[in-house]
Amino acid sequence: MDTKITVTIDGQEVSADPGQTILEAARSQGIYIPTLCHYSKTTNVGACRVCVVEVENARSYVASCCAPVTPGMVIRTNTPAIRAAQKMIIELLWSSGDHNCLTCEQNGACELQDLVYWLQIDKPRFPIEHHGYEMDNSNTMITRDLNKCILCGRCIRACNEIQVNEVLDFANRGSYAKVGPAFDADYIDSSCVFCGECAQVCPTGAITFKQAKFAGRPWELSKTRTTCAYCGVGCQIDLYTKDNKIVKVMGNRQYGPPNEGSLCVKGRFGMDFISHPDRISKPLIRHQKGEAFKEAAWDEAYAFIAQRLAAVKKEYGPDSIAGLSSARCTNEENYVFQKFLRGGIGTNNIDHCARL
Amino acid sequence: MIILVGTNITEAHPVASTFVKDAVLAGAKLIVIDPRRTDMVDFAEMHVPLKVGSDVALINGVMNVLIEENLYDKKYVDSCTEGFEELKKKVMEYPPERAAEISGIPADTIRELARKMASVKPAMLMYTLGITEHICGVNNVMSCANLQMLLGNVGVECGGVNPQRGQNNVQGACDMGALPNVFPGYQQVANADARAKFAKAWNVKSLPDKPGMMMPTMMKNLTTGKVKAFYVFGENLANTEPDIHHVERELQSAEFLVCQDIFPTETTRFAHVILPAAAWSENDGTFASSERRVNRVRAASVPPGDARPNWWIFKELAKRFGHEWQSSSAQEIWDNEISVLAPSMAGIKYARLENDGLQWPCPTEDHPGTPTLHKGGKFTRGLGMLKAIDYIPPAEVPDQEYPFVLSTGRRLYHYHTRTQTGRSAGINDLLGEETADISTADAEAKGISDGEKISVKSRRGEVVVKARVTKEVPPGLVWMAFHFREACANWLTNPVYDPVTQTAEYKACAVRIDKLR
Ligand code: SF4
Ligand code: SF4
Ligand code: SF4
Repeated sequence: MDTKITVTIDGQEVSADPGQTILEAARSQGIYIPTLCHYSKTTNVGACRVCVVEVENARSYVASCCAPVTPGMVIRTNTPAIRAAQKMIIELLWSSGDHNCLTCEQNGACELQDLVYWLQIDKPRFPIEHHGYEMDNSNTMITRDLNKCILCGRCIRACNEIQVNEVLDFANRGSYAKVGPAFDADYIDSSCVFCGECAQVCPTGAITFKQAKFAGRPWELSKTRTTCAYCGVGCQIDLYTKDNKIVKVMGNRQYGPPNEGSLCVKGRFGMDFISHPDRISKPLIRHQKGEAFKEAAWDEAYAFIAQRLAAVKKEYGPDSIAGLSSARCTNEENYVFQKFLRGGIGTNNIDHCARL
Repeated sequence: MIILVGTNITEAHPVASTFVKDAVLAGAKLIVIDPRRTDMVDFAEMHVPLKVGSDVALINGVMNVLIEENLYDKKYVDSCTEGFEELKKKVMEYPPERAAEISGIPADTIRELARKMASVKPAMLMYTLGITEHICGVNNVMSCANLQMLLGNVGVECGGVNPQRGQNNVQGACDMGALPNVFPGYQQVANADARAKFAKAWNVKSLPDKPGMMMPTMMKNLTTGKVKAFYVFGENLANTEPDIHHVERELQSAEFLVCQDIFPTETTRFAHVILPAAAWSENDGTFASSERRVNRVRAASVPPGDARPNWWIFKELAKRFGHEWQSSSAQEIWDNEISVLAPSMAGIKYARLENDGLQWPCPTEDHPGTPTLHKGGKFTRGLGMLKAIDYIPPAEVPDQEYPFVLSTGRRLYHYHTRTQTGRSAGINDLLGEETADISTADAEAKGISDGEKISVKSRRGEVVVKARVTKEVPPGLVWMAFHFREACANWLTNPVYDPVTQTAEYKACAVRIDKLR
């Protein structure tokens, strides 16, 4: 496999692996070719054709996401003709639906909007179509507004090829084409398991996270990489927060193992407990069971615990004290707790709920 | 090839399941061994719906065929393992016909299964709590290891015996020594050198040398009075442990109970002190995932009110016992203590964890971490130990009065006792109440319709719960989860334990189901 081949992209000699697509070869050299339907880890379908390039001696423009490089290929990505073709495509997509960025959650993070700007399009030369599709507001997690759908098919491929949940597909043809679960059902009535992959991959505002709506513009959110708090897979996730609230949770395809950007319903939608009003926010103390709890300052709580534990230890020995640690908490916290019991109290009575 | 045993991976470890499904789409073969027809069966070449708790018998039957038909990896067994003769003697007592009688899987299917397993290499065996939550949990695990060693599948990439960890940091809690017999990094408390090393690091005169109590023993000793004070940190025992009535009596008997949590739970009702902890996103630290990968956890929000990170609280408490501990951030705790004291993690430092984490063993700072254990068939103890193991039935088997088997676990949409997922808006909409999953045949025989409230009763308790009539469950089995307080399976489950690990038999007890009058 180390037989590299040489191609020319925009006048620059580039060495590429056999089997690489033109798009991959260009990107590996930092040459930008716009894409929309292309999505990593899914089949290249060449549906949107935004990635067209000129290839010398080819009869027509070539979709770079699907065409493999061949030795000696001469490729141009940035000619006026290519730009004109890309503009045409983007204008058609823009006019194909209700792309009203004012109220769109993707405003500022939308790949269609970015391409309109990049290609410097003032307005589309085609009349804007109004499909008048009803919103799918059937659940509290994912909203679908197919009036913003550009039929790139990413959601379908992500659902079928990445998550292999096999919920989504195209229905109808031509300008009536639509994406969604079988029989045009709403998500909540389909076999959807709410992994949220489709919303994560959608380049526009057609599939969005409902709880993120009106919770903050993309540029107002801070992003923190962390590890999911639920199962032992240990998915790497990005928390988007604003005003101390988790607005949405995203996977990140730039991260590697274990999840390579995918999440499940718990990691995606199970995090709003953090700001739930039930959270305990003050130490609570009572001297007898049956009494009501009273709020206490930390010092008082520490003193109370220390006094009671010391008394038990003195009278009955350290092994009359036992502690249960938590498989839900961090390594550091588990470490310090066992250190406290072993070194501070003097007992090995430490365990956790490893068994469920 | 991938062999799933006792794991409902699409619900319990959903993202891991996507990779298994991807592998199947790419041509890998899949075998599912599980009493229930789980979602993965749709992708499988073979589904083996064994009777609950009959794993050892089934696997012995499979190994019998492997040996009889000379299908096992002789070279691997000879050079990398020991104990083959004893194993052989034992599994010869389990011809497929006998295994069939116990497991309910026809003898010819067992033969087919064995041949299939021997036909592809490497094969990875993945298991979860369907294997461990039995009184013979350890035996079940060793049986899985026997099988994989016999097939020559241990110590190779895409092979091995891979348990999927249920909770985010079970692996880490064990690694950190939150166990009664070991210090961090699995150094025995009974070992004087280890004690001396930790005593020096922690600046104490001595450390206790006798292994402590495991959780079920602690709980039992709350009632005997041997344990007076109990400190529970981030656990909701009153819902998660088998036989809730009994557990609550135990908690009630604690003379002094401290709970440290983020929410009031069924367990905090019994406390004298409740301490408010910072939650997962309010705290820095690390988790270790199923694959021994240490990953960073980062603070993204600030805790409410006076809530504090758990480590901070323990450090402050230790001060009241006269200990001044230096480390005062998660990074300092890891870099200056854990990685210094645990040789298998000596090479892991926060600075190295920025990207995709590191898998221990990672003994030095230039070590890349260890994705595959026992590489090339080299086991930590030298040779892999094949163990002769006998089948033992679950502690409680169906009888006339309680004719059904109850098996329990978790569902996709909720997590444990719903302390967290129950407070997440969308998730509660997806699954708002517990169900008892029963087979179509049993539903028909009892005149129960889907969605009807029924009674499920064991020797320990009774719940009224919605019946979910489904093809997933075979006749004779009732399946429930422990997510909801009201119809929690643990009102019914049996508090009997594996003698070694003290893991409870959540997967099998006897119940009866009745229509409500
Ligand atoms: S949320 Fe997941 S399962 Fe549901 S349609 Fe989207 S990708 Fe498919
Ligand atoms: S919903 Fe989004 S991802 Fe799916 S086809 Fe439409 S634009 Fe593409
Ligand atoms: S996102 Fe889902 S699969 Fe991944 S760690 Fe969290 S709970 Fe597990």
